[in-house]
Amino acid sequence: MYTLVNNNDFTTKISTETEAPILKVEELSAYYGTFRAVKNVTMDVYPRSITAIIGPSGCGKSTMLRCFNRMHEVVHGAHVDGKVWLDGKDIYAPSADPVKIRCNIGMVFQKPNPFPTMSVLDNVVAGRRLTSIWSKRSEMEELAEKCLRQAALWDEVKDKLKQSGASLSGGQQQRLCIARALAVQPEVILMDEPCSALDPIATLKIEDLMRSLAEEYTIIIVTHNMQQAGRVSDRTAYMLMSDDRAGELVEYGETEQIFTNPKDKRTEDYITGRFG
Amino acid sequence: MMFRFKLFLRKLVNLFMLSLCVLGALIAISVVCIMLGYIVVNGVAFLNLDLITNTSVSAGEQGGGMRNEIIGTIILVMLGSILAVPIGILAGVFLSEFGSPRINSAVRFTADILAGVPSIVVGVFVYSIIVRPMHSFSALAASAALAIVMLPVVARTTEESMRLVPDSLREAALALGITRWRAVVSVAIPGALTGIAAGVMLGVARIAGETAPLLYTALGNNYGFEGLTKPIGAMPMQIYRYAISPDANWQNQAWAGAFMLVMMVLFISLGVRWISSKRKTETNN
Repeated sequence: MYTLVNNNDFTTKISTETEAPILKVEELSAYYGTFRAVKNVTMDVYPRSITAIIGPSGCGKSTMLRCFNRMHEVVHGAHVDGKVWLDGKDIYAPSADPVKIRCNIGMVFQKPNPFPTMSVLDNVVAGRRLTSIWSKRSEMEELAEKCLRQAALWDEVKDKLKQSGASLSGGQQQRLCIARALAVQPEVILMDEPCSALDPIATLKIEDLMRSLAEEYTIIIVTHNMQQAGRVSDRTAYMLMSDDRAGELVEYGETEQIFTNPKDKRTEDYITGRFG
Repeated sequence: MMFRFKLFLRKLVNLFMLSLCVLGALIAISVVCIMLGYIVVNGVAFLNLDLITNTSVSAGEQGGGMRNEIIGTIILVMLGSILAVPIGILAGVFLSEFGSPRINSAVRFTADILAGVPSIVVGVFVYSIIVRPMHSFSALAASAALAIVMLPVVARTTEESMRLVPDSLREAALALGITRWRAVVSVAIPGALTGIAAGVMLGVARIAGETAPLLYTALGNNYGFEGLTKPIGAMPMQIYRYAISPDANWQNQAWAGAFMLVMMVLFISLGVRWISSKRKTETNN
């Protein structure tokens, strides 16, 4: 028994450490106008794992996450310094098309936001249907079923595919949004506090779902719920607002190490609940 | 004792102010009620089928109707809407989705000025740019004038209802790798559709009763519709002409025509309210 557990631990460690990072972040700073919200973040994100970004409110976690799929620049007056590589390609290169990048890096938002004017089915395939000129109905239905099954929602909504996406419960809506993100077949899925608007049971379902998705996808999740980061993530990044009110990366490492043996005093204070 | 007295005084002032407010509200409502009641009382008696099916008769004769003018108004309102609705919706979409804050405030300001321009001025303007060069009053000129009156109404209501669509939906669309214009067309506009429809109907109600811009452009025509480049009759103009004439039959028809026009606008307004209430329940869900 002992050897088996040990063996398991060993294999996961090997698989994450030998693989090259899928997302490399180098000296990333994010601005709103002249205000710097995130400064000089450098970190590597590994494929088929869950990376959690934790930290107190207002420390720039969400802003940084939005830099990873170029959603930060959608806000008026916002811009980014530094580099982010996806599979060795700089997503901030002048030739990079943000629309293409967002197909490769999906996003799930804090508040479930299904399109209220579309049915459940249309919501799931929206990313595919609205990015292609022509889409075959049977193909779309197949894709919707596949993604809804992946998002562990199929059994709950298979009789409601024609209903409005807004008619589902909060937790179902969030899983619908995850299915919608999966339908574009991204490599990386960004989740911006996906459970903060949900009750504990719905939260648990999403966490289970994240674990199963991590076998295929790379997930980066922002959360201010430390327990959640501890439960689901393989690696954890701790961010904190520095004196000039810009968020910086304090410590980044294996989740187990961050939670049991933090190297930085500030991380330890946060983890042990001395503040935040 | 002093405290009691002050409290009493305060209650008295409160009562007085409240009565003033109630009085103001009553006066505002009663003006509408009296006006509508007056038109109904004077108009209903002369409502008959002839009014819709017959053409006009000359002064001194009995009977006759406003068929040509009703058709004329329908043609003008339709043409005006065809001109104003696409431009207005596009302008509203631009204001809410594209454009920088600076350009937007300029466009919004000019749209508000356009909405505030007295409609007779719009008539004179169209007279000088369309009627004079063409050497003829025409249905075309009249519908252009109505379109100018309608344009800011449609543009502003479109913008406002587009703004009610939450930004989170636009972000959701962009995050799926959907292009900006496709997100606007397939996500933002469908979300605002009921509001846009309400705006269009408000615009229709507004131009259906416009008289001043038609005086310089449509002129009036007792012989029915003769083509877009020819003068055309319209209900509000005919009501005006009949109402100021000494002929009793004409005056009666003016009352009946006014009644029909008011009813039309009333029904459109009710339709707008119904659409808006539907939207409210949609967004609440």
